[in-house]
Amino acid sequence: MNTNPAPNAAIGHNHVPKMTARNVNVFYGQKQAIKDVSIDVSPEHVTAFIGPSGCGKSTFLRCLNRMNDTVDGARVEGRIELDGQDIYAPVMDVVQLRARVGMVFQKPNPFPKSIYENVAYGPRIHGLARAKADMDNIVESALRRAGLWDEVKDRLGESGTAMSGGQQQRLCIARAIAVDPEVILMDEPCSALDPIATARIEELIDELRGRYAIVIVTHNMQQAARVSQRTAFFHLGTLVEYDETPAIFTNPQQTRTKDYITGRYG
Amino acid sequence: MATIAASAAAPLERQPTDWASPEMQGRIAARYRAERNFRRLGAGALMVAAGFLAFLLFTIVRDGWTGFLRTEARVEVMFDAATLGVDSAALRGPGAQAVLARADYVALMDKAALQLGPASDMLSDAAWLALRDRLVADPTLIGRTETLWVPVRSSIDLLAKGKYDLDAPADSRGVTDREVSDWRWLDSQGRLRTVFNQAFIGNADSTEPELAGIGGAALGSLFTLFVTIAIAFPLGVFSAAWLEEFAPRGRLADIIELSINNLAAVPSIIFGLLGLAFFLNYAGLPRSSPLVGGITLALMIMPVIVIAARVAIQAVPPSIRDAALGIGASPIQVVFQHVVPLALPGIMTGTIIGISRALGETAPLLLIGMRAFVTDTPQGLTAPATVLPMQVFLWSDDVQRGFVEKTSAAIMVLLFILILMNSVAIYLRNRFERRW
Amino acid sequence: MTLLIALLLVIGLAGFAYLAARARAGKMIVAAAGRFGAVHSRPVYHGAYVAVLALAPALIVLAGWSLVGERWIEQQVVGALPAADQPVDKLDRAALMNEVRGLVAGDLPQAFNPVAPKLAPVYAAAVANGDLLAGALAVALLCGGGLWGYGRIRPDFRARTAVESQVQAVLLLASVVAILTTFGIVLSLIFESIRFFGMVSPVEFLTGLQWSPQTALRADQVGSTGSFGAVPLFWGTIFIGAIIAMLVAIPLGLLSAIYLTQYAAPSLRRWLKPVLELLAGVPTVVYGFFAALTVAPLVRQLAVAIGMSDASSDSALAAGLVMGIMIIPFVSSMADDSLTAVPRAMRDGSLAMGATMSETVKKVMVPAALPGIVGGVLLAVSRAIGETMIVVMAAGLAANLTANPFSSVTTVTTQIVALLTGDQEFDSAKTLSAFALGLVLFCMTLVLNIYALAVVKRYREAYE
Repeated sequence: MNTNPAPNAAIGHNHVPKMTARNVNVFYGQKQAIKDVSIDVSPEHVTAFIGPSGCGKSTFLRCLNRMNDTVDGARVEGRIELDGQDIYAPVMDVVQLRARVGMVFQKPNPFPKSIYENVAYGPRIHGLARAKADMDNIVESALRRAGLWDEVKDRLGESGTAMSGGQQQRLCIARAIAVDPEVILMDEPCSALDPIATARIEELIDELRGRYAIVIVTHNMQQAARVSQRTAFFHLGTLVEYDETPAIFTNPQQTRTKDYITGRYG
Repeated sequence: MATIAASAAAPLERQPTDWASPEMQGRIAARYRAERNFRRLGAGALMVAAGFLAFLLFTIVRDGWTGFLRTEARVEVMFDAATLGVDSAALRGPGAQAVLARADYVALMDKAALQLGPASDMLSDAAWLALRDRLVADPTLIGRTETLWVPVRSSIDLLAKGKYDLDAPADSRGVTDREVSDWRWLDSQGRLRTVFNQAFIGNADSTEPELAGIGGAALGSLFTLFVTIAIAFPLGVFSAAWLEEFAPRGRLADIIELSINNLAAVPSIIFGLLGLAFFLNYAGLPRSSPLVGGITLALMIMPVIVIAARVAIQAVPPSIRDAALGIGASPIQVVFQHVVPLALPGIMTGTIIGISRALGETAPLLLIGMRAFVTDTPQGLTAPATVLPMQVFLWSDDVQRGFVEKTSAAIMVLLFILILMNSVAIYLRNRFERRW
Repeated sequence: MTLLIALLLVIGLAGFAYLAARARAGKMIVAAAGRFGAVHSRPVYHGAYVAVLALAPALIVLAGWSLVGERWIEQQVVGALPAADQPVDKLDRAALMNEVRGLVAGDLPQAFNPVAPKLAPVYAAAVANGDLLAGALAVALLCGGGLWGYGRIRPDFRARTAVESQVQAVLLLASVVAILTTFGIVLSLIFESIRFFGMVSPVEFLTGLQWSPQTALRADQVGSTGSFGAVPLFWGTIFIGAIIAMLVAIPLGLLSAIYLTQYAAPSLRRWLKPVLELLAGVPTVVYGFFAALTVAPLVRQLAVAIGMSDASSDSALAAGLVMGIMIIPFVSSMADDSLTAVPRAMRDGSLAMGATMSETVKKVMVPAALPGIVGGVLLAVSRAIGETMIVVMAAGLAANLTANPFSSVTTVTTQIVALLTGDQEFDSAKTLSAFALGLVLFCMTLVLNIYALAVVKRYREAYE
């Protein structure tokens, strides 16, 4: 398998990439979790990271907004850029970076606050609203974009944790959108949800496409095929193949990709 | 509602946030400042807590380390048979020990003390004990002169240790001019020395600071803890085993569990009231005794042991039980041959923590009369006794200055034992803790 | 002495029963020629079964006798006196009994009480009779139980099952001790309190503002009844334990926990946690000494420096301050548990929005952990108000109703100790009032604990 040529970091040259990663290595203590990954994230597409569990796709995703900083003993090497700025440079401000690169987690994690306060949390800490009316507008538009407004507009004061799982996850998406980020990272956002709620989130991802650069990690290949335009296949900490989604699923260049997609291992 | 209706009609389009604007940059800087301040606040709180501990230990060691030393004066003693009031011929006979026991050592001491000139009354009231011990050890000394070191009065002892501020006015420094001049004279004559204070380790309590020791209290603590362990350990382990392995789900188990959880939180002094009302006044058990103290403390720490033992038993995986049951062991055999031995490190950790709590406890023992002034080492489980923390309490109440260093020294001993016990508990926890 | 012999005899006989039963079962196995299963249980179980049957009732008799025997003897002895000479007062009675005991044991060369020498033989006889009676009963029960058990030994007798039931019964008995202790506490507190409330009205006790339990020596003196309004005590307890101590312990404990859980490097955390635990392991008498000898003079100097000439040397502030320090590790470990129980996803969610750690802590973690923290603080309060040694050594005895931290107040526990140590007469209102105070303290801590544990439990369940 080592004879495989290095996968393409960039596909075509028609876009200026939103984020670029070059030769990224991640270590947890002595253990290397990511080996020499280079990839470009397009601003207009949904990029999916697929691969068997433990392949490092979530780890790599967490590098893109430096969430690995919060893990004890984690170390990141290589260069990751957002709009040409090195996000691991000392001058880079993590707070600002995370406001620009939002994240949605595997399990819905609304704060134990009201629905309104959950969405207003980001704008409030970043000082994005001057008046109560501004904040109302931000909350409403974020909830609208997350497709949640009609369900919750009459109960904004209720606790965010009292909703159904699918609603909670859309609330978390609304919470991320409220800061108006440029990139949204989604770490297996549907893995804890039932099929109906999953379909709802997938629709939502499609609606958000174009406005935000979206990177989604999923272990579900059908989901990657449905929502993404670009797909990257990770295996054992390396990026095996990165291409247009239809190409990956119909004509994979690597044996390992083919084996995974056809279900030889998973 | 009007604004929302309006905005619903026209979907909002937001300007992208300009993170580079001076306003935004200033805001971010302010947030980072707040972050640093908060972090410092947390570190500061920890420093204050640790600082208190350090300050406490510092004051106690500063005041207490001299308690392990005592000052002695050199006297040349002529073991004169006439002064002792013994017949030197009788000493060669079979009743020599009885003769020696009746001899008048106080008179001999008083005579020998005269050579200290102005400071002749500055020897400890119990200095004669040194003469007796010497002579009993070697009866041939009769008629000969021997150089002996005997303890001095507490005030001289403290002067020698520099415990008084001699620059202070005479009426507020706590020591008389005469004592100061006597000390200076003794010191200039080279008659003083400072040695390790064996009396402090071996003796029981006394009204004289230079004679008081923690030996009696330490033995009392030992007796009391013996009773405590003998009762609390089996009761605790048995209760835990029953609750975890045999108790049928039901009202009885719930009531027992509730009782244990509540007993764990009952103030210790309430156990003292129980001991006073039930064990002393109702059952008529002997007051001030290690027996009653031990029973009271056992009831107090039993919940601690039960709770720790239950956690340890819960941690033993069901697969062990299944394996033993699978080859035909009975439930009792499973529990006593497999589960409890595997849970033993956790049980021991809980037990040691419970015992160290019992060792440091004072309040309930106050109520059952263990504050007795006991000048002898306790003779048994039913004889009056005191315990280490109680000795600390009694001495701390004493107005004599010499007891301050004794109190702190006793605390040092108590803390040393407690730290040792806790270290053993932590070691056991780390050494034998198994992750299944 | 007779009792000790009886005990040894009982243990020896039980050992004999064990050996006899084991031998009999062993013979049965030999008779069965080693066919597996012919004898249900191994010989040791037969032996143990019979030994337990023999020993248990005998030990219960002996234990019961040693617990109540002294009272029975006392009744016998005092009852031997003509009714007019019998001491009415409990303390007189105890003194008389002490003299009688001293005479019998030979410790006391001469009695002060003229009737004591007459009672000495009565006492000796009562002790001898009682011990003999109890010993005989024990041995009789032992023989009966042992013989009955011995008779049951047969090849198909399930001795192991029987022994296991016996062991289970022992385990159950051990568990029941917790209930008995709780009952013992409640009963002794209530029983003595009822006697107290027979002398002083509960309303006066719970609402009165005047506390001076010193009853006069002679009945005709002024204020011979004392006054038992406990409100100043309750106030002092709350002022020191729930206000001053908590003002110290809550901020320091909470901030320490936040720093340890969110900021400190794992290596630092490994070192600092044991240090905090050490702070919790220091005996309270040490804190009391520290409060009285070191902190109280400093507080007094401070009070004088800010112009309070009448500052007390046993101020509420000194005791409360040191009690607060004592409680820090308690608050911090409860807060530590609560903060750690907040799901990591919650923290990550906030950090991923670009919140700083302090914003995350203040706006997400602490609100989420609040029920747990509040429960922990309530437990800490219950611990502080029941704490005794610090206030006994550093707080005063004057029952003042004041909110000035530099003046002296007294607490429930201080008064309990003061009332029950030193010279006491057992049936006086003064002594009994200590039990009424104990009852109030018990109820206060019980309510606080049950409520706090319920809060904490509900909080833990919310995140499971």
